[in-house]
Amino acid sequence: MKFAVITFPGSNCDQDAYHAAKDVLGQPAEYIWHKDSDLKGADVVVLPGGFAHGDYLRCGAMARFSPIMKEVQAFAAKGGPVIGICNGFQVLLEAGLLPGAMLRNRGLKFRCEHVHIRVEQTDTPFTAACRKGQVLRVPIAHGEGNYFAAPDVIARLEANRQVIFRYTTPDGRVADEANPNGSVAAIAGICNDARNVVGLMPHPERACEPILGSADGLAIFESVVQWIHKFSSATV
Amino acid sequence: MDSQVLERHGLTADEYRRIVDFLGREPNMTELGIFSVMWSEHCSYKSSRVHLRTLPTKGPQVLQGPGENAGAVDIGDGIAAVFKIESHNHPSFIEPYQGAATGVGGIIRDIFTMGARPIALLNSLRFGSLDQARIPRLLEGVVAGIGGYGNSIGIPTVGGEIAFEPSYAGNPLVNVFCLGVARHTDIIKGVASGVGNAVYYVGAKTGRDGIHGATMASAEFDDKSAEKRPAVQVGDPFMEKLLLEACLEVMQTDTLVGIQDMGAAGLTCSTTEMGSRGGAGIEIDVSLVPQRETGMTPYEIMLSESQERMLLVAKKGREAEVERIFEKWDLHASKIGVVTDDGMLRVKDKGVVVAEIPNRALTDEAPVYHRPMSEPEYLREVQTLDLDALERSPESVALQPRDALLALLASPTIASKRWVYHQYDYSVRTSTINEPGFGAGVVRVRGTDRALALSVDGNGRYCYLDPYRGAMLAVAEASRNVACAGAKPLGATNCLNFGNPERPGTMWQFAKAVEGIGAACRALNVPITGGNVSLYNETDGNAIYPTPVIGIVGLLEHADRVVGRRFQSSGDAIILLGEGRDELGGSEYLKVVHGLVRGVPPALDLEREAALQRLLVSLASDRLMRSAHDCSDGGLAVTLAECCFDTNGIGAEVEVGGGSRIAALFGESASRVVIAAASDDVTTVLERAAAANVPAHVIGETGGNRVRISVAGETAIDVSVDDAERVWSTAIEKYFAKRVA
Repeated sequence: MKFAVITFPGSNCDQDAYHAAKDVLGQPAEYIWHKDSDLKGADVVVLPGGFAHGDYLRCGAMARFSPIMKEVQAFAAKGGPVIGICNGFQVLLEAGLLPGAMLRNRGLKFRCEHVHIRVEQTDTPFTAACRKGQVLRVPIAHGEGNYFAAPDVIARLEANRQVIFRYTTPDGRVADEANPNGSVAAIAGICNDARNVVGLMPHPERACEPILGSADGLAIFESVVQWIHKFSSATV
Repeated sequence: MDSQVLERHGLTADEYRRIVDFLGREPNMTELGIFSVMWSEHCSYKSSRVHLRTLPTKGPQVLQGPGENAGAVDIGDGIAAVFKIESHNHPSFIEPYQGAATGVGGIIRDIFTMGARPIALLNSLRFGSLDQARIPRLLEGVVAGIGGYGNSIGIPTVGGEIAFEPSYAGNPLVNVFCLGVARHTDIIKGVASGVGNAVYYVGAKTGRDGIHGATMASAEFDDKSAEKRPAVQVGDPFMEKLLLEACLEVMQTDTLVGIQDMGAAGLTCSTTEMGSRGGAGIEIDVSLVPQRETGMTPYEIMLSESQERMLLVAKKGREAEVERIFEKWDLHASKIGVVTDDGMLRVKDKGVVVAEIPNRALTDEAPVYHRPMSEPEYLREVQTLDLDALERSPESVALQPRDALLALLASPTIASKRWVYHQYDYSVRTSTINEPGFGAGVVRVRGTDRALALSVDGNGRYCYLDPYRGAMLAVAEASRNVACAGAKPLGATNCLNFGNPERPGTMWQFAKAVEGIGAACRALNVPITGGNVSLYNETDGNAIYPTPVIGIVGLLEHADRVVGRRFQSSGDAIILLGEGRDELGGSEYLKVVHGLVRGVPPALDLEREAALQRLLVSLASDRLMRSAHDCSDGGLAVTLAECCFDTNGIGAEVEVGGGSRIAALFGESASRVVIAAASDDVTTVLERAAAANVPAHVIGETGGNRVRISVAGETAIDVSVDDAERVWSTAIEKYFAKRVA
């Protein structure tokens, strides 16, 4: 299996996602430049964090027009697993691959710290190896991670079990003080209808080795590796 | 030339005569502008140069000393640590967000210009008291600017320090430090050579922003300073991210002769310095320079300090490769001139020569001043301190040590800076292995087992009371912080923030501080590899405390042996390395509790300090210490409390002896570190300390949920970790709480 890490101009977590996939997980990985129009046979697509195109207009608003995004759309439409992390999540929202939008954090400040997120659903490629209710300790680093969607959209997300991660206390309770940015319903990550496209604000790639203070994020990458293996053995 | 014109350019009549002598004629306005920025204090170091020459800059580990865009030391395996600190004080006062942001942008460019990938940022900040009007807003703006730039470009801000003193109210200090890594063979310099080689300009277009920024940074402030706002530049971190990636990619191709960023004095400084270093000349045509505005004159183009611009010299025949890489990143490399062999800076406008100056006149032959110096009058008086009388004073007798501890923990200089560093992305690049606030900043070096520990330190109050000793203490503390993380200090960079050098008292402070830095760097074997001088930090005649800030880089051979400030578990022995000396001069205690800035700063024995640091590195390397925290601001009591914070409430029970109870608790005697060791390791640690000639005493044990300190058998402080930690962790955010909805 192979990871494709998309590099937009202004991406700054592309090397971290690549490192997690290649060096920590030992899986093949390749950078794909945003002007390319070929995913080069990737099995998983990662849209990394950063400030694509400087995010001067609206986070992710420019990146969705990059040539590679056509390929990402097609890949997702065929059921290929796509994960958007932080700015990558924002790009997925702008591209319409996931519903909703991001507002500025409720404190109006950039926040970087470790937070706890609870795995709400395990039937996605990126949570398949997690336990339902498992609490992961992972860092956030964003200024606009306050997830928002209209009440009917939220209701649909909840009804369809598309909320994949929620901010919680270390023991897994949803609480206002555990919500770092004011996201509605403490939403930290969601998936699409088909469940193969996942976006989240926290950075699992920054929590893949104990020396970094947490290796909890590894579960997300290991999930997709297992999922791909299962999927390919099933189709062979 | 009109004397008003000279004054506007910050040139003296003498300096003007020199210019005429050099040229053998009167300069035109463009030339005058070029001289004015190159001979400004900021670019020429004309007041400081004679003193800076005395600093130690050599050592087997030094790959690049002062004079290049940044310094470099060897960290093994053919890898170099490239680093530098720089000030952006004046712009940050005028426009806090952009001033601080462009400071970060500038120091990052200095690092990648050397061929190194920037991997960490630190900053050292000074503000007036948070109780003063405007100061919270200044802090907020500076922090947002640092974060706005560093977060966007994706380089983690892993540490730093902030102090608050009324003396900085009109002149905040914003010193920014950047570290990069490069293979030795990839280091590239800012030289131009090879007649006929093309000179390229790449990056943002040139606008009218920042004209005379270097001159602004070379003058005092007064009530008209707000009018200088247009001299502050606006940063574009996205452009810099593209430049960074594109430049590092070009550098991998062996197509460049040299490269330099355009910082202070923009195109003027970069063309002159590159030509000068390469023993060559550069000829450019300003009409070929990409411009953001119409109708710009050669004068404006040469003096603009628009950000995110680079100048590079390509090897003949390789131009197309260079251009292609920049095009990939949507950047356009414009050929604006050629290298010549006549040692001249020649500026043309559509083919017509508009300025022609020998490089030498702008660089090596720039004025050098031996400014008059004399010990300032205030010094003798403020150095007197009667410790006995102080201790017998009614306030002291009435004061409970517990309350003094809480007051110190609430002092913004000591309090947790979490409110600040949570606004910085410190975890991007997945290499940060000691977070901000947990001791020195530590980043691992990917592809190796190693890590680099970084610290920036300086104590303006100490330097105000004794600039020589204060500067030594700054070097010792920065180096000690790095050693506490388990890293061997390798090299230093300095940022010297002072007042007006034309005042003999200020110049004396400067000279003494440089002497102190030199002495400490020699003794601790941390050569100075570069840095920056910021003078004229005065507003309406009030100078800041003399503030040398020292950045130290140290090497951990094994990243996983990094040590932090926090106690790791209950039941560990608490050991004090070093000894207290009944000192209180210049302490945070005197200032916070008694409102006094008096006495002499703590004594420093450099040999003992060096021995202590060597011991720390060896204890960490053999995994014999589980935490280590330098005893500085607030003394032993604050240090012990801080060791308990962020541990989920691990307490400490400690017993110390001592003459003065207050000095034992809150004195800031140098060369002391509180470490924790597993009980099985205590004997070994004490033996190692004895062999290293470092005093070491087991003073207590971790555990419980209280900080309990007895002095000479009597309980002096007994407070719950939770209560103390609440005070410490919320003190700064309280100043902003009402402002956030």
